[in-house]
Amino acid sequence: MSRFKEKFIRNLFLINGLVVIFILGGIFLLLILNALPTFKDVSWKEFLVGTSWNPSSDYHPAYGIVSMVVSTFMVTIGSLVIAVPVGIGTAAYLSDVAHPKVREIAKPVVEILAGIPSVVIGFLGIVMVGPFIAKMTGTYSGLNALNGSVLLAIMALPTIVSLSEDALANVPKSFQEASLALGASHWQTLLKVKLQAASSGIIAACMLGMGRAIGETMTVLMATGNAPAFPSGFLNSVRPMTSTIAIELGEVPYYTTHYHALFAIGLVLFLITFIVNLIADIALNRYEKKIR
Amino acid sequence: MKRKSVKFFEQFLGFGFLRLCMLLIILILVIIFYDIVSKSWGVITWEFLTQPPRNGMTEGGILPAIVGTIFVTIITAIFSIPLGMGCAIYLNEYAKKSHLTRLIRISIRNLSGVPSIVYGLFGVALFVEALHFGTCLLSAGLTLGLMTLPWTITASEEALKGVPLSYREGSLALGATQWQSIKTNVLPYAIPGMLTGTILGLARAAGETAPILFTGAAFALPGLPKSLFDQFMAMPYHLYIMSTQHHAITKVRPIAYGTALVLVGVVFLMNLSAILLRYYLRKARQE
Repeated sequence: MSRFKEKFIRNLFLINGLVVIFILGGIFLLLILNALPTFKDVSWKEFLVGTSWNPSSDYHPAYGIVSMVVSTFMVTIGSLVIAVPVGIGTAAYLSDVAHPKVREIAKPVVEILAGIPSVVIGFLGIVMVGPFIAKMTGTYSGLNALNGSVLLAIMALPTIVSLSEDALANVPKSFQEASLALGASHWQTLLKVKLQAASSGIIAACMLGMGRAIGETMTVLMATGNAPAFPSGFLNSVRPMTSTIAIELGEVPYYTTHYHALFAIGLVLFLITFIVNLIADIALNRYEKKIR
Repeated sequence: MKRKSVKFFEQFLGFGFLRLCMLLIILILVIIFYDIVSKSWGVITWEFLTQPPRNGMTEGGILPAIVGTIFVTIITAIFSIPLGMGCAIYLNEYAKKSHLTRLIRISIRNLSGVPSIVYGLFGVALFVEALHFGTCLLSAGLTLGLMTLPWTITASEEALKGVPLSYREGSLALGATQWQSIKTNVLPYAIPGMLTGTILGLARAAGETAPILFTGAAFALPGLPKSLFDQFMAMPYHLYIMSTQHHAITKVRPIAYGTALVLVGVVFLMNLSAILLRYYLRKARQE
């Protein structure tokens, strides 16, 4: 009787574990099912290489996603240019320079930054970063790709800092000692030994930060100005994939081509973040093997 | 001797750069808080916290948004806590090294990377449309629950990993079954960590906007939601509306600031309570 009960409980937990697979599969499946009807009216080619997105036009509705994909990558790369050096620098500070007492205070600071909701960051983009950019560059509103990049950098920083710090902290102490014993300074050791040894872990951290930036919705929706044209520079308004879904899903009649096309964008977004996370995963596995 | 001083100078500059990076992050945080707190200080009154919006949302408070956020977070918790903890228990206590286990782990990692707006799309397709819940508290809560699930699982598993293997072995050696030893020798020690991680996840869910945009959050409502199938107002969505969609944006800016402060405050209180909870439960166990 008790053995039966044990087995029953075990299977209950097993089912619980399987739910996760079903959810991921379900997301993928529902995205595909809802995206497919798009391609009754729109060709794959037009969708993937068209630069014009104008689904609400009565005569020539256009469903090309290239502009928004480029916009997404523009703000993402812009954010990484800021967040990667600052993030790795902070991680190195926390792991190698900071006094343990300082570290106790500084680490929660990074965690607090991670806890600020994205909508609040977006709001600050409107009321603070935007006017500042407008004043500095003489543009009208300051709601542009640069603004989005700055905000996304703030959002990606905590991920990059804490994961890079983990990677640096896991470098075996003997590496460091060997380098110091050979007469290298702490700085040289950090630069040439520890950062090298932790490199794949740090790459993983940056990829995960990138994944976060690509999928971030509210900040870019509020701060990048939402012009659906092809982006021409960091001081112009852009409209990334996430914003397009967020803006248009609220207005579109359900089960029209336009509605399905938004799911197709979601599918593309899902696949891009999937690939980015996969690369992070591979880098992390390599790092763990190397450390052992 | 000369080379040594070059080396030292290099280190001085290098460490200086690293300190600058840390200072920059601290500065960002200080600026954010200074801006929000200084501009919303006068707005936060008892009335602001306990009244619904009035006059086309240009006056009054944000009570329905606060209550809506609390309600939707409770639904999220009810959905994701048991599921997340159960999955963590399976992975850490029962699962053997197999392809299935690997598949589960890969799924969890991928779920945590799925963009929040994609969860929103999924919520629309599944809860709002396929299951005919419509846009309501339940749909939004379940969508947020799905989103928090990977965080809950990861946090719970970390907590379970922290329980020494000998606790399990001791109980098993005395003839207890696996479930008995989990129940009496593992869970009591893991629960504080599990709860802490879960509350941190819920705090993130409470601040999310994208997943609830199309699954249940409403622009403005006259009263509080009365059932699971009512729409609701939520603080993150309210802040979004007040700062981008309102017809008199500059006029309602103070209300937006006030909403931002209350939202950040709620998220912080949840974080703080999680940390305190862990601290006290740990202490209570040690005594």
